[in-house]
Amino acid sequence: MRGVLARLVSAALVVWAAATCAFLVLQLIPGDPVYAIVGSDALVSEEQHERIREEYGLDQPLVAQYLNYVVRLATFRFGESYQLQQPVSTVLADQLWPTVQLALAATVLAPLLAVLVAVATSGRAAWPRRVAAAVELVVVSTPSFWLGIMLLTIFSFRLGWLPVAETGGVASLVLPTITLALPIAAVLTQVMREGLLSALDQPFAVTARARGVPETAVRYRHALRHSAIPALTMAGWFTGTLLGGAVIVENVFARPGIGRITLQAVGDRDLPVVQGVVALSAVVFVAVAALIDVLYAVVDPRLRRRTGVQAI
Amino acid sequence: MSLVEAVDLNVWFAGGRVHAVRDASLRLEPGRCLALVGESGSGKSALARSLLGLAGPTATVTAGELRIAGQDTRGFGPRDWRKVRGRHVGLVSQDALVALDPLRPIGAEITESLLAHRTVPRNKVGERVVDLLTRVGVPEPEERARQYVHQLSGGLRQRALIASAIAAEPGILIADEPTTALDAAVQARVLALLDELKEQGTGLLLISHDLAVVEALADEVAVMRHGVIVETGPTDRVLDDPRHEYTRELLAAVPGTRPRPPRGPLAKGDPLLTVTGVVKRFGARTAVAGADFTLRPGETLGLVGESGSGKTTLARVVLGMAAPDEGTVLLDGAPWSGVPERARRSRRRTIQLIPQDPLSAVDPRWPVSRVVGEALAATGVPRAERTARTVLLLERVGLTPDLLDRRPAALSGGQRQRVAIARALAPQPKLLVCDEPVSALDVSVQAQVLDLLRRLQEELGLATLFISHDLAVVREVCDRVMVMKDGVVVESGPVEDVFAGPAHPYTKALLDAVPRRARTAHEPAQERL
Repeated sequence: MRGVLARLVSAALVVWAAATCAFLVLQLIPGDPVYAIVGSDALVSEEQHERIREEYGLDQPLVAQYLNYVVRLATFRFGESYQLQQPVSTVLADQLWPTVQLALAATVLAPLLAVLVAVATSGRAAWPRRVAAAVELVVVSTPSFWLGIMLLTIFSFRLGWLPVAETGGVASLVLPTITLALPIAAVLTQVMREGLLSALDQPFAVTARARGVPETAVRYRHALRHSAIPALTMAGWFTGTLLGGAVIVENVFARPGIGRITLQAVGDRDLPVVQGVVALSAVVFVAVAALIDVLYAVVDPRLRRRTGVQAI
Repeated sequence: MSLVEAVDLNVWFAGGRVHAVRDASLRLEPGRCLALVGESGSGKSALARSLLGLAGPTATVTAGELRIAGQDTRGFGPRDWRKVRGRHVGLVSQDALVALDPLRPIGAEITESLLAHRTVPRNKVGERVVDLLTRVGVPEPEERARQYVHQLSGGLRQRALIASAIAAEPGILIADEPTTALDAAVQARVLALLDELKEQGTGLLLISHDLAVVEALADEVAVMRHGVIVETGPTDRVLDDPRHEYTRELLAAVPGTRPRPPRGPLAKGDPLLTVTGVVKRFGARTAVAGADFTLRPGETLGLVGESGSGKTTLARVVLGMAAPDEGTVLLDGAPWSGVPERARRSRRRTIQLIPQDPLSAVDPRWPVSRVVGEALAATGVPRAERTARTVLLLERVGLTPDLLDRRPAALSGGQRQRVAIARALAPQPKLLVCDEPVSALDVSVQAQVLDLLRRLQEELGLATLFISHDLAVVREVCDRVMVMKDGVVVESGPVEDVFAGPAHPYTKALLDAVPRRARTAHEPAQERL
């Protein structure tokens, strides 16, 4: 119970810190937010200008603006988008589902690919490992947008197998998911293969082989779980890549979603939306961190007492 | 029919560059135990593993004949070997903490053995796991089967490992240093279990560097050196009347079989270290419950106890690495506990530690010169003098200067421990804390390192706190001994008195757990005293 409470407090702290950073960074951007609200090229009279400043609370001192912002965040009021003339919560809620779909699909695909490739290439022969390592290096060092464009060129334009843009069907999810998942899978594969190889060198692997267990079973039943521990450590990075990747992938594939909205909001200096996205990302990060802690305990029984999690 | 019949077995590693086993021949009968004895690197494990087809991916195995359970295994493929492993030959390695998968309950590990050869129908597996755990003497087997290795004591772990090795009822059991990681009393119980399995008809191939263990279990002994079996014969004959030079060397090096060197009268004078009423708790657990002792210059105090008895915690308090909850530690007459680290730092050079495993206690990327040089630098030796001083220190511990540029991995176990000793001597300490300094070493190397420690004590007048679970070693180097159990010092006194007439039942039990040969060797020595 105390653990849960501590967790919630630290979660609140993380979200608050992220929101504060976002607030400060956005203050550093030069220019008058009023122009962002009405559109920079619109002619605004002095009187209208003042009215807008008042309406959005921009005439108040910075500290007051900040406190006001924190209080609104704490009560889940994110304010109105400057550009879209809708509450930020509505904007985010509308765009959330396509991004969640994409992120979930990538979250399933990346570890699946990583496990299959890592297990297949952790055998005695060195050449599959070398080939896989080279491919992984290429994938990791290819920018996502380029990867996306190449996939589009081949599978949509040339072969015509898959749609170019969002159609609402499953088919239109395939290429974006692959684009998002491949770089993650490549890094995960490297980490997991390393973990598998070192686990296969451990005495318990020899014991398992000495029982007459086939080599593949030794890998799946014993070593894989050990390699999951370093892989889990990558999960924070994984989450960041998913969110950052979503911005690129949604724009390349013209999909609706949080990533697209974020890019647009940053470009238009639509501060309430950016702040909303930052708060949302912070919450996602905190939730993922909590989930990872539970997963650690599921994978490694030696960690169970410390976290108090009971699993399996 | 012999269980194992090997003739002219050879094992090569690294594409033929390393010839690990040369023309070895051996035979194992049901209900008998053959012990392979030798030091690390002698090829005994490679030989044993080749009987499982598990000599390793880079190994090449050839043999004039290799029959296991009646089958000719020459030309066996992976599939054939899998049918042999676990079903005909079981393997028990040392240290079950790592030899059983730490992420799976022990029941799952035993189940794996049962299902690998489908010797038991799937719905009977749970029952069979409980039977097996009962058979190896694990109490509350249903509950234990659901526990993980880290939740079990050393003895129970090793029993669980044995249960998983005998699950598919192999006729041959390879026990590779099966008791090395265990305390004396636990070791005796595990040996009794292996003996029982032997009585029930299992052919046991025991691999050990510990002659006391070999004597307790083996009917026949094969002594290996540099991959060659140099002597083989019935255990009593080989141990009592060794014919090969190397066997004689090995026997002479066993701690406890060597005569106890004469010692001067107990040291007098002002104590260097005074420990008074030290209590250390970790949460609700009391690790040390009131320890009192003094240590004078030139004196060696043995601290004996099983793992978890609090001896390492007490050593940490002495080293000033842990603050006692109650009591005081005085060093050289001045307070050592209860003062801020700032006040201690300039005096730290007075106490130095010699660790159990030097491989993990020195930076693997550092050459010897830097390992020792760092210790010199910490005591203010100018850079220009460090190399010369390092060479002197190396010579003092019996190493040559050509090792200066070697990294720890390129040193032998004995050389590494000597480097660790040189490092400890660098700040010119008055007190050495040795934490199981030889338990990771081969017997002949053990003897050399113990000789070195004793010589250094005499030459430098060092006081030594010598922590060990090995009573034979303690007897050889210590003046006084202190026995700890569950954080309490149950007995202390001069070594001769404690060994000749142990007062506390726990000390008696520890002495009883020392295998017979080491014990009988004590008696004439005691008469001489």
